[in-house]
Amino acid sequence: MIPAAFEYYRPKDLSGVISILEEHGDDARVIAGGHSLIPMMKLRMADVPHLIDLQDIPGMSEITVTADAITIGAMTTQHDIIDHDGLATAAPILREAALQIADPQVRYMGTVGGNVANGDPGNDMPGLMQCLNATFTLVGPDGERTVPAREFYEAAYMTAREDEEILTAVTIPTPKGGYAYEKQKRKIGDYATAAAAVQIIKDGDTCTAASIAMTNLSDTPIWSEDAAAALVGTSLDSVALKAAVDAMLVDIDPSEDNRGPVAFKRHVAGVILTRAIERAWSRA
Amino acid sequence: MSKKMHISLTVNGKQEEFLAEPRELLIYTLRERLNITGPHIGCETSHCGACTVTIDGKSVKACTMFVAQADGADVTTIEGLGNPDSLHPLQEAFKEHHGLQCGYCTPGMITRAAKLLEENPNPTEDEIRFGMAGNLCRCTGYQNIVKSIRAAATEMNAAKEAAE
Ligand SMILES: Cc1cc2nc3c(=O)[nH]c(=O)nc-3n(C[C@H](O)[C@H](O)[C@H](O)COP(=O)(O)OP(=O)(O)OC[C@H]3O[C@@H](n4cnc5c(N)ncnc54)[C@H](O)[C@@H]3O)c2cc1C
Ligand code: FES
Ligand code: FES
Repeated sequence: MIPAAFEYYRPKDLSGVISILEEHGDDARVIAGGHSLIPMMKLRMADVPHLIDLQDIPGMSEITVTADAITIGAMTTQHDIIDHDGLATAAPILREAALQIADPQVRYMGTVGGNVANGDPGNDMPGLMQCLNATFTLVGPDGERTVPAREFYEAAYMTAREDEEILTAVTIPTPKGGYAYEKQKRKIGDYATAAAAVQIIKDGDTCTAASIAMTNLSDTPIWSEDAAAALVGTSLDSVALKAAVDAMLVDIDPSEDNRGPVAFKRHVAGVILTRAIERAWSRA
Repeated sequence: MSKKMHISLTVNGKQEEFLAEPRELLIYTLRERLNITGPHIGCETSHCGACTVTIDGKSVKACTMFVAQADGADVTTIEGLGNPDSLHPLQEAFKEHHGLQCGYCTPGMITRAAKLLEENPNPTEDEIRFGMAGNLCRCTGYQNIVKSIRAAATEMNAAKEAAE
């Protein structure tokens, strides 16, 4: 399990990173926590002749929480998210999801930026960020731009990020209402067989708004507008729940792998989404 | 082969300086370059936790870090926690409560448990199981590992109180 040789860089600022990315194009990649990239390099499924470590770039692990928005620096780890009191109050779904990612050792290293930039359909944060309507800040040779999470994912490992851009932060409108992140996995540390992120707003007995995103059930995360629409205006009776699940099942497109055949995954997706909606509703 | 880089590491309080290829995995640096063979290689694929060490206050799987990333870091392995003449309370408790059988997972278990108790000095059984979820054991069935960590927590808390 020895990866191919590479040149290692540890620049002190973003412009240092960008100039190496510009010089080497496709042959260069950044490394954050390394817990997706290093396993791929060890298997020689990723070939990275020029590896740029982001650990010395200042200001990339900051978390700011205001009444309207939450900004999380790309180098914030899953452990940092779990540990942050302000976040636990302002957006408890982040903590609930982070606690279901990998295991303690991996969570000390795995970063939010790496998780959302990676483009692996198994990663939990992309779906979560689509549910929360996050935007990603990208910095490249031409300056800064933002891309909504709901428009970022094109296919497995294909995203709207250009090769010479770095993802520096994730910004989320401070969520309101009830929440749940529900995940079915074969064992601790496993990627999802199916996972659902749900936010629901309730007024009296009626659902007034909802957002639903599914993980590892297509080659990108699936933000299901129709599933959410099936809940709005209802009091979440069994008819509404079933309509939401049916709508979600139209949007996903799972493939068979060692987590099971398609029919099983679709079944699990329905169970997980039902549980997530029920829990989010009970907290709304 | 890429060119070697100068690496400087603190391992168990001792400063180490050497030249290494950046792709060298930290577990090999420890075991083969520095002869620190407490951290083991179980799966080599980031799953089993046998290679767990503490790096700058984090529990890390040393098979999933390049030595280049660790340049400048402070590393603690099982060798830095206790020694045969003066066992760490966790080592004492694992011995006392049969927290090991073959012992292969034990250095990683104890190194991880030490960090867990630092962050949560009085964990419940559930918190121990959750906090130790990155370490696999093929022998014990975990029961006695949990018991050992609980016992060490009690012991360490009592010692702390006595000192105050
Ligand atoms: C045993 C194990 C179990 C796991 N289980 C789960 C799980 O259940 N759910 C889950 O979501 N993840 C899981 N992971 C993955 C883990 O959460 C990763 O750490 C995470 O996906 C990637 O974050 P990273 O910081 O390690 O990224 P890296 O591995 O450093 O990078 C991943 C990719 O993103 C790119 N990248 C990183 N940062 C940036 C940036 N700022 N800008 C642009 N590109 C960037 C890199 O170039 C690389 O291509 C698991 C990993 C392991 C080893
Ligand atoms: S050897 Fe590192 S996790 Fe198994
Ligand atoms: S004691 Fe044998 S693997 Fe744990």
